[in-house]
Amino acid sequence: MKRAAIVLAGLLAAALLAGAALYARGVRDDPGTGPAAPPLLASSFPPSSTPSSFPSSAQERIELGRYLARAANCAACHTVPGGQAYAGGTAIPTDFGTFYGPNITPSREHGIGGWSTDDFWQALHNGKAPDGALLYPAFPYTEYTRMTRADADAIYAYLMSQPASDARSRPHELRFPYDRRALLGLWRGLYFDPGVMADEPGQDAQWNRGRYLVEGAGHCAACHTPRNRWGASDTGRALQGAPLGALGWYATPLTGEAAGLGGWSEDDVAQLLRTGWSRHGAAGGPMAEVVAGSTQHLSDADLRAMAAYLKSLPAGSEPAGEAAPPPQPLMERGSRLYEQSCAACHQASGEGSPGAWPALAGNPSVTAASSRNVLQAILRGGYAPATAADPRPHGMPPFHTLDDADVAALATYVRNSWGNRAGAVQPHEVARMR
Amino acid sequence: MLESLLALARKTARHDGRPLPSLLAALLLACCTAAGAQEKLTPGTMQARVAACTGCHGAGGRAGPDGYYPRLAGKPRAYLLEQLQGFRDGRRAYEPMRHLLAGLPDAYLDEIAGYFSSQHPPYPPPLRAEAGAAALEQGRRLAMDGDAARGLPACAACHGSGLNGMAPAIPGLLGLRRDYLVSQLGGWRSGLRRASDPDCMGEVAQRLTPEDIGAVSAWLAAQPVPESYRPGPPAEQPLPLECGSQSRAPGERP
Repeated sequence: MKRAAIVLAGLLAAALLAGAALYARGVRDDPGTGPAAPPLLASSFPPSSTPSSFPSSAQERIELGRYLARAANCAACHTVPGGQAYAGGTAIPTDFGTFYGPNITPSREHGIGGWSTDDFWQALHNGKAPDGALLYPAFPYTEYTRMTRADADAIYAYLMSQPASDARSRPHELRFPYDRRALLGLWRGLYFDPGVMADEPGQDAQWNRGRYLVEGAGHCAACHTPRNRWGASDTGRALQGAPLGALGWYATPLTGEAAGLGGWSEDDVAQLLRTGWSRHGAAGGPMAEVVAGSTQHLSDADLRAMAAYLKSLPAGSEPAGEAAPPPQPLMERGSRLYEQSCAACHQASGEGSPGAWPALAGNPSVTAASSRNVLQAILRGGYAPATAADPRPHGMPPFHTLDDADVAALATYVRNSWGNRAGAVQPHEVARMR
Repeated sequence: MLESLLALARKTARHDGRPLPSLLAALLLACCTAAGAQEKLTPGTMQARVAACTGCHGAGGRAGPDGYYPRLAGKPRAYLLEQLQGFRDGRRAYEPMRHLLAGLPDAYLDEIAGYFSSQHPPYPPPLRAEAGAAALEQGRRLAMDGDAARGLPACAACHGSGLNGMAPAIPGLLGLRRDYLVSQLGGWRSGLRRASDPDCMGEVAQRLTPEDIGAVSAWLAAQPVPESYRPGPPAEQPLPLECGSQSRAPGERP
């Protein structure tokens, strides 16, 4: 009895100690600031002609910051459509509640006008507010921490050059217990590993630059890497594709399997990032926003670097399942609907009209293990991203007036025709997407 | 072709009160299944670029078949642009339109507005009024005379004596279905639909009772649309209320 009590007390003490150690790990700062020079490639950032050096003038630093703010797509969460740049207010729905991107204009009262460059670095690199409060990783400092101090300083200089907005930042609306900020200490102890990306010596400069952009500023993992139930990236399955829970889309794998970028060339990847299009399809939904707001603005050299890095990733660990062929009546019903509503643009052959309406045959968003993207496209339609390459994109109307059974038949048909073999879609999957 | 056949079918059915003879029905069905497939679109044409719109709003923006998706054709360009920007930026709350227009630049929205503004497909005849004579008379009075005692200007005071709208940004009110009109006026009354401040239409809608909305919508929807129904020139007199949506230059952001 007495021995049991001693054991129990010991276990409790050990658990407390472990918790305290985890918390201490979670709130520590990364002491270093990483390599001093940004790993710029020659011609990677127009108009700079001095690779691998600090921007020489204040204006150049601001321009570099503008470029990096686009690479990091700060506006996606800090600018509402039609609103003042970086004044905040964008709702970010998650499984834990809704986050609202705060005002990051130079307003002293409502933005980050009172922050020093060190404060900004502290946020970007260590995920902490100037007062030491832990930031929610909806702000992807888990990736931004890979960025260099010089790049962070450039973004700071750019943001400080923007007009101030007096828009008050809207408080997040999170469910208990996620609204307890202090608990982030434990989360960070488990899942946050601050530190600037160090170059891989065995790889060339292009590969390293690509990895820096993909894993750092570009924070591709935020969507394309699966998350565990606590919202942390499952690093063992990095970039292997993931459902975007609250958004209702599926981020396709960027790894080397057939369902990912296996069939893509580096040109295809760079082209999709620049124009929203490749011969494999068009960017839609959240990726259309990424192309329009971020990647289309990057230099060719940087897009090629990202493509080179992504194409070097091995195939993912998910086994490619062979889906059972769908029942014939379902295919026939889908075929009739396709003929009526889809073939005028996507062609009876599923080949689409390149540049206007994407091919459905072999389109990774169509054949993905998840039916979400196909159902999103059918139910909600959408335009391809407007880019400098295609400022007047073509689009697709929503077909939300079709009932669940019709949408399921249509989705089944496009997922199982012209060589596609992705299996049947059930009406209840459609109902869940509405 | 398909539409005229369907119209014929409807007319025939209404005329003698009996369903169509089965042979004719079968013929129609066969023809419609064949004609049901959409016409091919040529990529790069404006018609192809707005296929995402005309799927619901009908070819050329002539209105959807169910009466909810309103006619876009022939509405003033600046009015259409204001609505497109409003949907995209969340000032008008309709999620399917917000999603569709997300990220499209102003210049393209203006081009889309210009396209629909220049389309003039024929109007269908109005549906039979679904309201009693008293309600229709109340609707007519509100539309054409207003109600000075309640501070209600006539619809015609801003939307034109022929209710045909005015350049640059006041839409015509005929050729719209009752359900659509009721839901828009109701949306304006509840604050769900808003225009740029000062929101004159919001002020008017606040002063309308639900009965007013039902009456004026029923009357407007029952009016035949005259030939060459186009928005008139800009108002020479000041409007009875100050309207934020009318005071800015076309295309200017609020």
